[in-house]
Amino acid sequence: MADKDLEVVAVAVTKKTHKNRELAQLLTAASCALIGGLSQGANAADSWDVDSAFLLYSESDGRVSAAEPVISATKNFDEETKLTFKIAADTLTGASPNGATASDHVQTFTSPSGKGSYNAAAGEQPLDDTFKDTRIALSTNWAAPINRDWAYGVGGYLSKEHDYQSLGLNGSLSRYLNQKNTTLTLGLNLSNDTANPEGGVPTGLVQVPLSSSDSEFTQRSDAENKNLVDVLFGVTQVINRSTIMQFNYALSTSSGYLTDPYKILSVIDDNAGANFGGNFQSSGRDLYLYEKRPDSRLKQSIYWQTKHQFENDNILDVSYRYMFDDWGVNSHTIDAKYRFRFDNQYLEPQLRWYTQSKADFYHRYLNSSDYTSTDFASADYRLGDLDTYTLGLKYGYKFADETEFYTRFSLYHQESSGDKGYGKLTTQELYPGLDAAMLILGYKF
Amino acid sequence: MRRIIHLVGLLALPIIVSGCSDMGVKPWERDVLAQQEMNLISDPLESSLDDHIYFSKEASSGGQGFGGGGCGCN
Repeated sequence: MADKDLEVVAVAVTKKTHKNRELAQLLTAASCALIGGLSQGANAADSWDVDSAFLLYSESDGRVSAAEPVISATKNFDEETKLTFKIAADTLTGASPNGATASDHVQTFTSPSGKGSYNAAAGEQPLDDTFKDTRIALSTNWAAPINRDWAYGVGGYLSKEHDYQSLGLNGSLSRYLNQKNTTLTLGLNLSNDTANPEGGVPTGLVQVPLSSSDSEFTQRSDAENKNLVDVLFGVTQVINRSTIMQFNYALSTSSGYLTDPYKILSVIDDNAGANFGGNFQSSGRDLYLYEKRPDSRLKQSIYWQTKHQFENDNILDVSYRYMFDDWGVNSHTIDAKYRFRFDNQYLEPQLRWYTQSKADFYHRYLNSSDYTSTDFASADYRLGDLDTYTLGLKYGYKFADETEFYTRFSLYHQESSGDKGYGKLTTQELYPGLDAAMLILGYKF
Repeated sequence: MRRIIHLVGLLALPIIVSGCSDMGVKPWERDVLAQQEMNLISDPLESSLDDHIYFSKEASSGGQGFGGGGCGCN
């Protein structure tokens, strides 16, 4: 309608009236029409955008499978002022490696609650099949400009599982330079997490008891905390009309209870004899210890991302991350996506490669001769030498009303490696790989 | 090794920031970059689902943003 008013005014102006008064009236009408048009534009921005997705994740050999629906709604007050709410839920079921090594005999493990037990057959990777969880996560974020050169954002989140809670606050400040071709961003994230594991918090590097009636269980505390502080400094630079680049440096500290209460380690007999390389016996049974990690961790990372659009409208998105921490973990990640764009559809192959070196206290197993002098130890393969590969294909369709549907199928492969052991242990598979399939369905409206 | 990385990072910053003043586009040349697909994170939900998976399966997280976290999965 505003456009029509402008049209009428334009036609009137071309009639070339000679009277100043009429001209003044026309100008007034024109400016009114313009302002009317602008405010109508602002009303159009004053709308809700909804983004929804559903993830199905499934690991081979009946390990973990997960389903995660997530929905986010953004209220756009104007081009740069937005309020976002997001809710995600996920359910996990299946079996997870408990950290113990495979053995030449059937192994029996006490369940985390101490109220039951589970077995691993001879030669099989011990998996804790009592693993089951549901998580709900809520988050909100507000982003707005301060003036022409500055913008800020604030947010908060809350997530809850039956044995874990996390509460976080974050904020960011951005400064635009060089006609908004350069953006400097400083971000801060604070989080307080509480772990209240099933069966209480076990004592690190102590023998896993037979049941919850054991004194180790009765002296346990119910919950432990950890605090996280993340600081991120980023530079985003427009290179040319079709290329944008980002460079980030991030520092992340965590302190408090960083141990995984459900993970254990096998102690292997290194005394010469018939049981060399077999499970070490203590109190008349195989010896397993609860893992124990340091109570602080400082991670640093540098991240570089470039997005480029070619003459044919296809888009290349490449990123690289280098991370290192004071636990001795170093990692490299390369992520590449190439989007083939057709009229209202697109096809996007994705490739990701990740490699990490082990933490200083990672041990696939402990030795009977020196386990008592160990300060920290974990057999969690996620802290070991690890390479992972992801191969994915995404397809999207944009409808005439600007809503969009997309789906993505990816395969994820993990390969662990490390010390092969000695004696009887060398016949066991200590570093089984993992394959997982992921399917995402998304709809934006 | 770490010291070298710190040093390189520190030296690179002013070069990046000052060198950047020659790069970029005029306000009327932003047609391509203004496309939603050219946002550095063009699909926030897909990115957050990926972050969540990788956080629970690997020892690294974040970098692009704060990434992952908020769960007892690692």
